[in-house]
Amino acid sequence: MSTAVKERQAGGGAPQIGGASIHPADRNFRWLVIAAGVTVLVIMAAIAVFLVVKSIPAITTNSTSMWATEQWAPDSDPPSWGIAVLIFGTLWTAVIAMIIAMPIGVGTALFISFYASPRLSTALGFVVDLLAAVPSIIFGLWGLYFFMPQIVPLSQWLATYFGWIPIFENSQDLYTKSILIAGLVLAIMVLPTVSAISREVFLQVPKGHVESSLALGATRWEMIRMAVLPFSRGGVVSAAMLGLGRALGETIAVALILSAVFEINWQITEPGGNSIAANIALKWGEAGINGRSALIATGLVLFAITLAVNMTARWIVDRRKEFSGAN
Amino acid sequence: MSLDTVVNNASGGGPGPSGRRPAGDEGKRGPSRLSARVLPPWAAAAAGSAGLGLGLASWASGITVIGLAPAVIAALSFFTIYTIWTLSVEGRRHAVDRLATALIYAAAVAALVPLVWILVTVLLRGLSVMSWSFLTETMRNVDPRKAGGGVFHAVIGTLEQVGIAALISVPIGVLTAIYLVEYGKGRLAKSINFFVDVMTGIPSIVAGMFIFTFWILTLGFPTSGFAGALALSILMIPVVVRSSEEMLRIVPNELREGALALGVPKYTVIARIVVPTAISGLLTGVMLAVARVTGETAPLLLTTFLAQDTNWNPFSDPQASLPTFIWDQISRGTEPALNRAWGGALVLITIVLIFYAGARLLAVRYAPKSR
Amino acid sequence: MAACSSTTSSSSSSSAGASGAGASTGDITCVDGAIQASGSSAQANAITDWVNAYQTACPGSTIDYQPVGSGAGVQAFISKQVSFAGTDSAVKDADLAKAAAVCANGGAGINIPLVGGAIAVAYNLDGVDGLVLNSETVAGIFANTITKWNDPAIVATNPNATLPDATIAQFHRSDSSGTTDNFTSYLTATAPTTWTYGSGKDWMAPGGQGSKGSDQVIASVSQTPSSIGYVELSYVLDATGAKAAAIDNGGGAVEATSENAATTIAAATVTGTGDDLTLKIDYTTKEPGAYPIVLVTYEFTCQSGLAADKNPALVQAFLGYGASDAGQANLVSTGYVPITGDLMTKVRAAIASIQTA
Repeated sequence: MSTAVKERQAGGGAPQIGGASIHPADRNFRWLVIAAGVTVLVIMAAIAVFLVVKSIPAITTNSTSMWATEQWAPDSDPPSWGIAVLIFGTLWTAVIAMIIAMPIGVGTALFISFYASPRLSTALGFVVDLLAAVPSIIFGLWGLYFFMPQIVPLSQWLATYFGWIPIFENSQDLYTKSILIAGLVLAIMVLPTVSAISREVFLQVPKGHVESSLALGATRWEMIRMAVLPFSRGGVVSAAMLGLGRALGETIAVALILSAVFEINWQITEPGGNSIAANIALKWGEAGINGRSALIATGLVLFAITLAVNMTARWIVDRRKEFSGAN
Repeated sequence: MSLDTVVNNASGGGPGPSGRRPAGDEGKRGPSRLSARVLPPWAAAAAGSAGLGLGLASWASGITVIGLAPAVIAALSFFTIYTIWTLSVEGRRHAVDRLATALIYAAAVAALVPLVWILVTVLLRGLSVMSWSFLTETMRNVDPRKAGGGVFHAVIGTLEQVGIAALISVPIGVLTAIYLVEYGKGRLAKSINFFVDVMTGIPSIVAGMFIFTFWILTLGFPTSGFAGALALSILMIPVVVRSSEEMLRIVPNELREGALALGVPKYTVIARIVVPTAISGLLTGVMLAVARVTGETAPLLLTTFLAQDTNWNPFSDPQASLPTFIWDQISRGTEPALNRAWGGALVLITIVLIFYAGARLLAVRYAPKSR
Repeated sequence: MAACSSTTSSSSSSSAGASGAGASTGDITCVDGAIQASGSSAQANAITDWVNAYQTACPGSTIDYQPVGSGAGVQAFISKQVSFAGTDSAVKDADLAKAAAVCANGGAGINIPLVGGAIAVAYNLDGVDGLVLNSETVAGIFANTITKWNDPAIVATNPNATLPDATIAQFHRSDSSGTTDNFTSYLTATAPTTWTYGSGKDWMAPGGQGSKGSDQVIASVSQTPSSIGYVELSYVLDATGAKAAAIDNGGGAVEATSENAATTIAAATVTGTGDDLTLKIDYTTKEPGAYPIVLVTYEFTCQSGLAADKNPALVQAFLGYGASDAGQANLVSTGYVPITGDLMTKVRAAIASIQTA
């Protein structure tokens, strides 16, 4: 009896039956699912091991500091390369992307969930989701040839009237291929992710909370502010983190748009820097053996960054776990 | 009663039925009364026209405020006038509500404009090159700088690579999700949970680099469609696990408990009751994962290279795919090649649409019938 | 020692009209089978033309060339995945040792220059045709020390043109590239005081904007007024809105054409040993009519000892077609540069020496 009770209280949320007779097929099935889970572990371990092993040659032969050097020459003699510019570019474009994508993505999700008629919301949701299927190289092309010419005037406006803020200053009088444009395109790419997950979360809000707040005389915005947002904070953060993960790892669109100047530049309207993923895409084909090893090292660092982001998201979400929707 | 009616009646906001102040309330203001003053129903139109007027004035006279375009001035004026008007007539709460509504509508528009723009661009440019021969021919013996040729080899490649990736990821993903939901307890489950999270965050190019260095360089297997499929599976598995997990958790516990109480073995409970109940959601999750990886370029560039002819065998030799086809065509540098690239993009999005539709149909067909 | 070539059927000149690239097929020796090759993307269009012509004349053959980059190509050769690699810089030193290890029985790996190219300085400037630049002005523009069109140095070489007081928008490659390698080698050799950034596949100088691939550089130049960039000649010929500048190499202004570039390439000295034809190009040539900014793409393979499953006979036949008059004539029609003269004789000899048994 006590065994059965213990098993019932144990994890997974599903009731268990402990004790005497376990069907042999049950045991086999259990091993099957455990094997599947372990496969995930094995794959992750293999990735970590291989990437570390393959990046060691470049790291150990680097003649300058890997963290501080603002240069990329791992195939020259002596090799000299540094990741500072890449980390900066990766984070800076991703931050800009998230600053734009979060309000618009959550706003769109709110619109679809609470403001639009059912048919409109289905149609809208479908269109936004469809964008997840557009390959990133198309985003890059569209961003470069259709979008960028429209954003250049905006950049000029920012530099002219807000140039006293350091990040909007533009000393080169060149407004194309900038971090701002790459960030905007990234924001558009990340939008479907943020919006779809936020929508899922808003769907989980108990109808009772929504309706009772309205019955008490709240305006629609007050209802959202008091009943929906506190409940969905964890989910929205999770959406943000997933979107951020995608923005950090986006390769081809950034490679096409950014000017790949290898220096740290805070001015977002000037022709811009480089991100880790874009750098790999740009340099891989022509790289020699040490060059490839250095690129793998940067890939590892990128992996570590996205890992940190995901762990933060999971930690935040776990604190809100009691709001899970089942039952 | 629709949400709209509830909102309008409860808060007295929106173009309500009564545009007039109730008698006896002359001169009174304040929001929290059942018979509060409301804006006339033509308020939004009036504010809009005022904004438009200001915009036109700015455009005609050339006077601008900090260099803003006339259209922007029109929009900002509309927001300001509308909000201030509401503030003075209906009070602070409703003004905030209207401002929030306006901003949320603006957000939806801001999201839609670029998305529709991209879709329309792909549609128009892709259609310019679309034809039966485009869908059935390959690039074998076609001068890449001139018009001609097609995407057949790329479509076959994508279908095979994504198909193999799905064959690998769906069993592993769904079974792992079953483990986490139905059996998960203890340190093994915790670490699997953690590492699925880690896997969600793998940048696609890192997945490609891993398969390249491990499968191709170290194990010595050739460049092939299968190598690309392996890279895609690494990206698919975590998505399948997470979404399947969500769907399985939503299945009510009463179903499980009832079956177990009747003596049904656990694996039958899962296979015959839990999974079929969640099948619609599971299929959607799989479709999301498929949609996500179908457009991935970077991992394929490193593992499948760029073929010009149909390669039916995914286990050896480079194989084309739609994303790498698009990449290759763009790099050839001429207008006809660029048009083929857009055509390839249109075919890709259409294929994903077909997958979505198929998944919806399957989900509806196999979902347990409710009473 | 006779080379064991296994020719299975001779050329079918009757299919000349049907060949995809319009080249005459009289020089093709058909060998059945399939080979993989990968490497330089600079020669991608040239190789595709040859592949199409060869496959059309010989339906039993398949040549699959993957333009994934010189580094990746050499890597694929070292991993025994391809029959030959196309590379913008000759395989040497450590890579050569590793690559030669692929050739059985101590066979040597040889670099065979087969596709020449000219690097055009493409510009987009309203109202200016026939811009003439010399090495100092080119170096100045790309080193960002010359920033306006009406800079005295540019005016000096263009006395009849009206050059505006506009900023030059300069475009270079954001990705690693053999074109950048050769372009910067030219700048280092001819203008070492102005161009202090050395040579290499990656762009090191400040300023300007980077675009991915020659295709994006030429697109950027074509669409941006008052701009300049460096690309392979074939990209300028295909583009509307950009023209190639003439280069004054010290012996007069030279137009960027295949013929003028061929002169420079033919004058290159061979620094390789035996049948290895690694070249040293004289960028500082002052010969009139020699366009100085050129590049050469090598096909790297085993002279002997290439594995049988890599079909050395087909490699020899295909490279042989590329080196033939028909193949080289095809290069000219597509904006590439042929190998000519004495050098071509050596190239054909090297190809003929590939052991196919």
